[in-house]
Amino acid sequence: MSDASYNLDHLTELEAESIYVLREVAAQFDRPAILFSGGKDSIVVTHLAAKAFAPGRIPMPLVHIDTGHNFPETLEFRDNLVERLGARLIVGSVQATIDSGKVQEETGANASRNRLQTTTLIDTIEEHQFDACIGGARRDEEKARAKERFFSHRDDFSQWDPKNQRPELWNLFNGKHAPGEHFRVFPLNNWTELDVWNYILRENIALPSLYYAHDRVCIRRAGQILAHSEHLNLRADETPEMMHVRFRTLGDLTITGAFESDADTLEKIIDEVAATRITERGGRMDDKRSDSAMEDRKKEGYF
Amino acid sequence: MGHTEHNGLLRFTTAGSVDDGKSTLIGRLLYDSKSIFEDQLEAVESASNQKGIDGTDLSLLTDGLKAEREQGITIDVAYRYFATPKRKFIIADTPGHIQYTRNMVTGASTADLAIILIDARHGLLEQTHRHSFIASLLGLQHVVVCVNKMDLVEYSEDRFNEIVAAYKEFSSRLDITDIKFIPISALYGDNVVESSENTPWYGGGTLLHHLETVHVGADRNLQDCRFPIQYVIRPQTDAHRDFRGYAGRVASGVFKVGDEVVAMPSGQTSKIKEIFVGDAQVEKAFPPLSVAMTLENDIDLSRGDMLARPNNQPSKRKLLDAKICWLSETPLNLGTKYILRHTSSESQSRIAKIHHEIDINTLHRVEGVSEISVNAIARIQIKTASEVLVDDYRRNKTTGSFLLIDPSTHQTVAAGVIDDLNTQA
Repeated sequence: MSDASYNLDHLTELEAESIYVLREVAAQFDRPAILFSGGKDSIVVTHLAAKAFAPGRIPMPLVHIDTGHNFPETLEFRDNLVERLGARLIVGSVQATIDSGKVQEETGANASRNRLQTTTLIDTIEEHQFDACIGGARRDEEKARAKERFFSHRDDFSQWDPKNQRPELWNLFNGKHAPGEHFRVFPLNNWTELDVWNYILRENIALPSLYYAHDRVCIRRAGQILAHSEHLNLRADETPEMMHVRFRTLGDLTITGAFESDADTLEKIIDEVAATRITERGGRMDDKRSDSAMEDRKKEGYF
Repeated sequence: MGHTEHNGLLRFTTAGSVDDGKSTLIGRLLYDSKSIFEDQLEAVESASNQKGIDGTDLSLLTDGLKAEREQGITIDVAYRYFATPKRKFIIADTPGHIQYTRNMVTGASTADLAIILIDARHGLLEQTHRHSFIASLLGLQHVVVCVNKMDLVEYSEDRFNEIVAAYKEFSSRLDITDIKFIPISALYGDNVVESSENTPWYGGGTLLHHLETVHVGADRNLQDCRFPIQYVIRPQTDAHRDFRGYAGRVASGVFKVGDEVVAMPSGQTSKIKEIFVGDAQVEKAFPPLSVAMTLENDIDLSRGDMLARPNNQPSKRKLLDAKICWLSETPLNLGTKYILRHTSSESQSRIAKIHHEIDINTLHRVEGVSEISVNAIARIQIKTASEVLVDDYRRNKTTGSFLLIDPSTHQTVAAGVIDDLNTQA
């Protein structure tokens, strides 16, 4: 039987795979959570979770690690989404971690709270005893992620050991673990940036306005455009100016590069992403620190 | 130009050692299909310069982890993505050296097609045999044999034909239906994305053309209806007080609203009332869709159970014959109890018998073995505590495959394919 009506486009196939992964988490773990950053990937994961468990509610909380340096647009979007879905929200605060003296704020012009998030994330996981944390990371994002599993085992110290991962065959996921250990789960592993955008268009998924071209006061630094804000330490030679920009990823205000763009609709964004010859994380200062910056942070327990 | 959403998906696996030019071939596919970004290319160019290499070493594009870059080896399956206007591709890139069997089996388990690289100077090697055997074991219907480094044998048609003949002779012992041969040079790009002027005697298409057009849809089983229950959706809200949705991914067959179904192992029958994808109702469900179904009447059905059709059911078994690949550094122990994970079900199990080990280089059986160690492939018999609902792997990859999990370490220790359903329970 090879009826053409049984052929699926690749977005439908990716969606089916991700929904399968999300349901597997709900079935295999006692205390799962979705790590929600407010970026497009975690928004897509949340959308997929809503589809996976419809007409029921998403049977796990959304966990947001708030660095205190978030774009206000991201927080507003988060609160609206949580209300619309009737989901539970848990916020872990990097400011609280700093105030407790567990970590020290970075100083200097390139200071960011990116790395500090890891401590807050691990504390939040331990406090709520989460045994599975679902993230929106994709294998195509960065070379250290190309070998990531769907179910990625973390030891008692939340560490990732890339040389000792469980083999993952077919669609049989082994989520068994000892108390204190947990899993990071990546339902979007097989998606690319373009897949995510095409899916957002197809499903008509709402996004924070930051992804669309808008007027914003920015500065130029080391070939990058950064949003001007109270959290950014200006250097003597830097002058804030009004630009027409949008963001390709949403991290902290202090590290997420904007770029000049006129793409103010999803269709224009997709055309722009397809034509772009720089990787998505190419605009992230945090990855530029060294060739294995991502691998090192992942081992420590980063997202 | 970015609107590629109407194309299908092809998952393929590549196997070979560093010397075969596997990384170069993947680098070439990514580079020539314009899937490499400028910042990635700059990083590779600067790394090539540091190593004192003339030009750009495309193999550096696929080196993922720090330890691998330092040692110049690939130690784990890496997944790569690229798309052309015709198709989206997922490559499971498996290493040739360390843990090759375990990684090849892992990469092949989700693939539709395997690319096997043969160095034109050396012809068939032991690793050609084992890669081909594993492709066959894992039920891959499509193999592309790339005879690489044709530039080093003056693009000789005779040499190519010799290798084709040798491979055909060897593969007649395997279970692969579609084998395609392509003469290439990954280094110079001959017949990878662009047709080569150096091989005027070769009338076939390029590797990329073949990957874009090979038909894999017919590999899906649309006959035998199998729906393993993954999760039961019970909203218990005012709007959906009595809703019970049986959620899962269709393993095989086509389920339609109104169809009579049998719940296994209970044997109770019912009819499909509704099928949902998210909030939307659909008329039918088929692989690999994830759906939720409701039934006309309440029956006993939960995770680990399966829906099938009354006149077409899987076998209920407590004794299974299967080929396994041992994945753990701790060898198989005949006394140990393992958890058998099969679709969404789990059962206590133990290895009742080791029939024989298979030498994956010669394909010969090794009789009388009492221990199976990491990377070995063996045919065994497993006894399970509860009934497992299985089909032959060649007919159904989902209901014909399983994992063995060590209950004390929680490690996945073996992957198995059920290959003989004549054993009596």
